[in-house]
Amino acid sequence: MALEMDTPEQRAATKAAALREEPELAEHPGPKEYIRVAVALAIATALEVGLYYTSIPHTLFVALLLAFAFFKFSLVALWFMHLRFDAPVFRRLFLLGISLALTVYLIVLFIFGVFHF
Amino acid sequence: MAVNPATAEQHGVGTSTGISNAKLGVWAFLASECLLFGALISTYLLYHDRTLPGTPTPRQVYDIPYTSVSSFVLLMSSLTMVLALAAIQRGDQEKLRVWLMATALLGMTFIAGQVYEFTRFVQEGLTLKTNLFGTSFFVLTGFHGAHVTGGILMLLSLYGMSLDGRLPTERAEVVELVGLYWHFVDVVWIVIFTVVYLIPTGK
Repeated sequence: MALEMDTPEQRAATKAAALREEPELAEHPGPKEYIRVAVALAIATALEVGLYYTSIPHTLFVALLLAFAFFKFSLVALWFMHLRFDAPVFRRLFLLGISLALTVYLIVLFIFGVFHF
Repeated sequence: MAVNPATAEQHGVGTSTGISNAKLGVWAFLASECLLFGALISTYLLYHDRTLPGTPTPRQVYDIPYTSVSSFVLLMSSLTMVLALAAIQRGDQEKLRVWLMATALLGMTFIAGQVYEFTRFVQEGLTLKTNLFGTSFFVLTGFHGAHVTGGILMLLSLYGMSLDGRLPTERAEVVELVGLYWHFVDVVWIVIFTVVYLIPTGK
C-alpha cells in the first residue's frame, strides 16, 4: 500500500474534524501557560487591592473592581477549568447557570431597591 | 454529532456523544451552584446595611489587607490544582501528589484564616444573631467555607488513592472533576471578595 504524505493543511483539517467528533481529545495547555495565567491573576488581585486605597469617584471605583473580578473569573474559567479548550456544551451549560442566576437575582435586587440611580 | 463509539471508548469516554457523562454531570452541578451562591450573595447585598444602632457594620469589622492575603492564597491553590492535573496527564505520580497536597494545604490555610476572621468578628460583637448584616455575612461565607472544606476532603482522598496506586493516568478525569469543583469555589470567592468585601467598604 502506498503511503501518501498529508500537507500541513490536510493534517490541520483532519485534526479539527477529529476534535469536532471527539471534543474530549482537545489538548489542554501546559504548566508554563498555567503559570502565566496565575501571574496575571496575582497582578489583577494586587491592582484590585491597590485600587481600594485610592480616592477615585465611587462609580469608577465600582466599575473598575467589577471589571477586575470579571477578568479574573474569566481567566480561571477559560484556562484552569478548560472552558476555552473543551467541548462547547460545557461552556453553554455553565453560561446557562450564570445567566439564569444573574437575571433572577438582578431583578430581585432592582425590585428591592439595592441599586440607586 | 457523528461519533465513532469504538474510538470514543478507546479514549475512556465511553459515550456515544464522545463527551464524558461524569464531566457533564459536574458542569450541570456547577451551573446549579451558581444559583445557590447567587441567592446568598443577593441576600447579603440586600441586608449588609441593615445594622442595629450600636452593632458592628462592615466598615468597622472588615480587615481588607488580611482578606486580600486569604484571597491570594485561594487563587494560587487553583494554580497548584491545575498543575496536579497536568502531572497526572503526563503520568508523573510524584508531582501529582506534591501538587495535590499543596492545593489541600493552601485550602486549609484559607479555612484557618476564615476561622480566625470569624473568631475576631465574634469577639468584636458580630454574631449570626447580632443584626441582618451578621446573619447574611456568616451564612454566605460559611457556605463558601463548607464548600472549600468539602474540596479539601476530596483532595486528601485523591492523595490517598494515588499513594495506593488507585489513580493511574487512565483515571486522570477524576482529578479533573475534583479540579473543576475546586476552581469553581475559587471563582465564587473572586466574586465574594469584590462584591462583599471591597465594594461596600470602599471610599
